Amino acid sequence: MTTTSETGTPETRNSGTATPGTATPGSAAPGSATPGSGTAGDDRLTGAAAAAAIALGDDALVLSHRLGEWAGHAPVLEEDVALANIALDLLGQARTLLSLAGDEDELAYLREERDFRNIQLVEQPNGDFAHTIARQLYFSTWQELLHDRLARGDVPESAPFAPLAAKAVKEVAYHRDHAEQWTLRLGDGTAESRERMQRGLDALWRFTGELFQPVDGLGVDPSSLEADWLARIAAVLDRATLSVPEGPRRNGWTAGAGRQGLHTEPFGRMLAEMQHLHRSHPGASW
Amino acid sequence: MTAVLDAAGGASAPAEVFEAAVAADERIEPRDWMPDAYRATLVRQMAQHAHSEIIGMQPEANWITRAPSLRRKAILMAKVQDEAGHGLYLYSAAETLGTSREELLDKLHAGRQRYSSIFNYPTLTWADVGAIGWLVDGAAITNQVPLCRCSYGPYARAMVRICKEESFHQRQGYELLLALSRGTEAQHAMAQDAVDRWWWPSLMMFGPPDSESSHSDQSMAWKIKRHSNDELRQRFVDICVPQAESLGLTLPDPDLRWNEQRGHYDFGPIDWDEFREVLRGNGPCNEERISQRRRAHEEGAWVREAAAAYAAKHREADA
Repeated sequence: MTTTSETGTPETRNSGTATPGTATPGSAAPGSATPGSGTAGDDRLTGAAAAAAIALGDDALVLSHRLGEWAGHAPVLEEDVALANIALDLLGQARTLLSLAGDEDELAYLREERDFRNIQLVEQPNGDFAHTIARQLYFSTWQELLHDRLARGDVPESAPFAPLAAKAVKEVAYHRDHAEQWTLRLGDGTAESRERMQRGLDALWRFTGELFQPVDGLGVDPSSLEADWLARIAAVLDRATLSVPEGPRRNGWTAGAGRQGLHTEPFGRMLAEMQHLHRSHPGASW
Repeated sequence: MTAVLDAAGGASAPAEVFEAAVAADERIEPRDWMPDAYRATLVRQMAQHAHSEIIGMQPEANWITRAPSLRRKAILMAKVQDEAGHGLYLYSAAETLGTSREELLDKLHAGRQRYSSIFNYPTLTWADVGAIGWLVDGAAITNQVPLCRCSYGPYARAMVRICKEESFHQRQGYELLLALSRGTEAQHAMAQDAVDRWWWPSLMMFGPPDSESSHSDQSMAWKIKRHSNDELRQRFVDICVPQAESLGLTLPDPDLRWNEQRGHYDFGPIDWDEFREVLRGNGPCNEERISQRRRAHEEGAWVREAAAAYAAKHREADA
């Protein structure tokens, strides 16, 4: 699969199609970090719509980064290609989304941990291959449902996201298929792979509640995706001879916490690595 | 390769057919007869080439998580992905000679087959990513473009695809260095330091001097190789000097100067002791590179076993 390097060109958007909501308290709207925000003729989203773009953009950015950590470490060469490919697609999505709200690099490299709005699921360390696949299965199944809905553009609030979603839905269908195929192989492979796959699914289960928390400014209520998501996950796990994990999918810490800038501990270390070089050379261009 | 008819109109002996095909610049294909030594040389060279692509992912992947802009991060990820893809083409091409990817990887992991010595140097700064693109990929292209006309068909065809992507990477590396060179003082210094560290190892990529190159004559006769090591190295230096000038960077060689009579740049002596040390396994990163490769393979064993077990079950189920 050939991937061009210039994946993140922001979609141009007809001004006037968006219905920017009111600014949400604690929203990650970049404010002073974004020189262009609010200027006349600016194509950028503001308020709740910008916050929604950042939330989805952060999901893609952070998961892309985690998948990038696999480069050169995958179990087979084909997976080095596949994981890098998925990481690139997600990075392209992140660049488009963040650019809707501000400057992609300022948003990626100059915000603190508490300002990131990604869900906690995507920031979880890679673990073993099964752990990575479980994370990908949960996330890309959700992402496909969400983008499918956003791509319809039938809700005024979601109109700014429709062009991105129309492109992304094709990518995430591939990601979901990749995760499903591996869930089947690992679940219905050897005793060891089955155990590892189940362990990965169980360990990440508690983070999945957050997928269905509301995102202001998106125009689609993620909680409306939950029944479909559960049915799809259950069907794949059943085919893979695995069980749907038990136990809470939400609690005080995991329900919507990432969307409020409350993250798990490994995330700060991930950001330290990601941002170090950029922050060491203030104002430089690369 | 077309059959060559002898004077009496009968088919020639296979060795003669092979020699005639090579002489006529025709391609040798997997089912054609070929001398055992030709086959062995190609397996060795293609394996080394494939291994270099996959070991070569490491020094660059080292910077994926620290790339300083999202655009650069995307470019670097795409590049490392391309390298895995090149490894795949080359292992497939080598498999047409009757070996297998598993066997070649085992030999790599056991230290019985080599990869390019250049990847035993560390990437210490972001600028190294640019220096690798410009110099290392540049040297690789200089070496590999003639391989597009190599006598063995599957190798030649793999190289056509690979060279297209490599020249794209090389331009990206140059462009990365240009941005640094024209950036802040600290960025310029970073770029210069990287070029200083990668220049000589890049010249070593062309292999030992012609006087010491053990495989050269036979490979040239078989048209696996088209130019000598020293010829290609000279061609590379001649290309790089003006590029360094337009980058605003210097090359770390006080003896580098234009030679009017030869119509080439003269350059200083290469430290062949360093080259031999790296080949012997004593370079800065030999241990890390091969350990990481082995670890990825060993830690991935259960995944490959799972895939095989799943495939076997479903073959039975589908039968």
